[in-house]
Amino acid sequence: MKADIELYKMIKKSGVDLILSLPCILLKDILKLIDEKKEIQHIPVTREEEGVGIAAGAYLGGRTPAILMQNSGLGNSINAIKSLLQLYKIPIIFIMSHRGAEGEKIEAQIPMGQLTPDLLDLLNIRKFIINSMENIKEVKFAVDVCKKSKKSVGILLKRNLWRKIP
Amino acid sequence: MKRYDAIKQIVESLNNELVVCNLGTPSRELYDIDDREENFYMLGSMGLVSSIAFGLAISKPNKRVVCIDGDGSLLMNLGSLSTIANNSPNNLTLIVIDNSSYGSTGDQKTYTSGKTKLEVIAKGAGFESITIIDKEKDIIQGLKNLGTGCHFVLIRTQPGNAHVSNILLHPEEIKTRFCKAMLNFRHMKKKI
Repeated sequence: MKADIELYKMIKKSGVDLILSLPCILLKDILKLIDEKKEIQHIPVTREEEGVGIAAGAYLGGRTPAILMQNSGLGNSINAIKSLLQLYKIPIIFIMSHRGAEGEKIEAQIPMGQLTPDLLDLLNIRKFIINSMENIKEVKFAVDVCKKSKKSVGILLKRNLWRKIP
Repeated sequence: MKRYDAIKQIVESLNNELVVCNLGTPSRELYDIDDREENFYMLGSMGLVSSIAFGLAISKPNKRVVCIDGDGSLLMNLGSLSTIANNSPNNLTLIVIDNSSYGSTGDQKTYTSGKTKLEVIAKGAGFESITIIDKEKDIIQGLKNLGTGCHFVLIRTQPGNAHVSNILLHPEEIKTRFCKAMLNFRHMKKKI
């Protein structure tokens, strides 16, 4: 919960003013915090690609939207990232729990978990790894990079942000 | 009535609304009928037009947003109906031109040519305002009667595409001029 509070503060400080979300067990506390604080508009969506569309429309309307999701959703977003975000040069912040990596117990998460870092490279999305309390401040840096470069960024939240992995 | 005729009537009903239009032939037909700076033409990412319009509507509460969607496109993103209906921005009109076919790719039939009724799905998703228009002459009045709110409008047409040119605008140009049109509107309001 301590990490979630810090993460929440940093997302807010970075200027994100709209969160489109899909659930993940690792994101349950931050999602709860977002709803309790009521400071950042939060809209749960039904599929990640839909979130990309909403984020694009919100960006056109002057907002700073972020999509909070599990990394599996990156796969569901590929076409929208290429033929909407990158085609029109619309930058969006992807904040993803990185499932299928260190400490994962669900086998089905592993194939996409292993692919995710390479997929971000292939999509030409700069990635930022958040794996400890100390580097949560990188979230603001990532958002600044997104705004300045006008390119989408990918923030990967690693499992050991929440608990030690043996 | 074909899609082109329906879009022509929709355009006639507009004042300064922001329009987000489905990709392929619908956007090219809109471009041919009236290329306004307030038009955002989609060029890729089929299915997402209603999501883009919704994102815009919640970000620009003082502007009315009109979305021109199609049956094939909406069938690709049905979850969008739930998201829009549950958040229900009062400045959004989602128009679905239902020609029961994938017009831009050679008029293959969609499932609305069979058992599927998009207006029933919209109702189930939570839309409270649902309008069905079958006749070309009813479009302008039908749209003008809606007023503020979050509306679902189904316009039934025949399949078929008009012979129109490609959109002669670069994607970034579409975006930049659309954003600029919104700013100009704000300045205009300030002066008043």
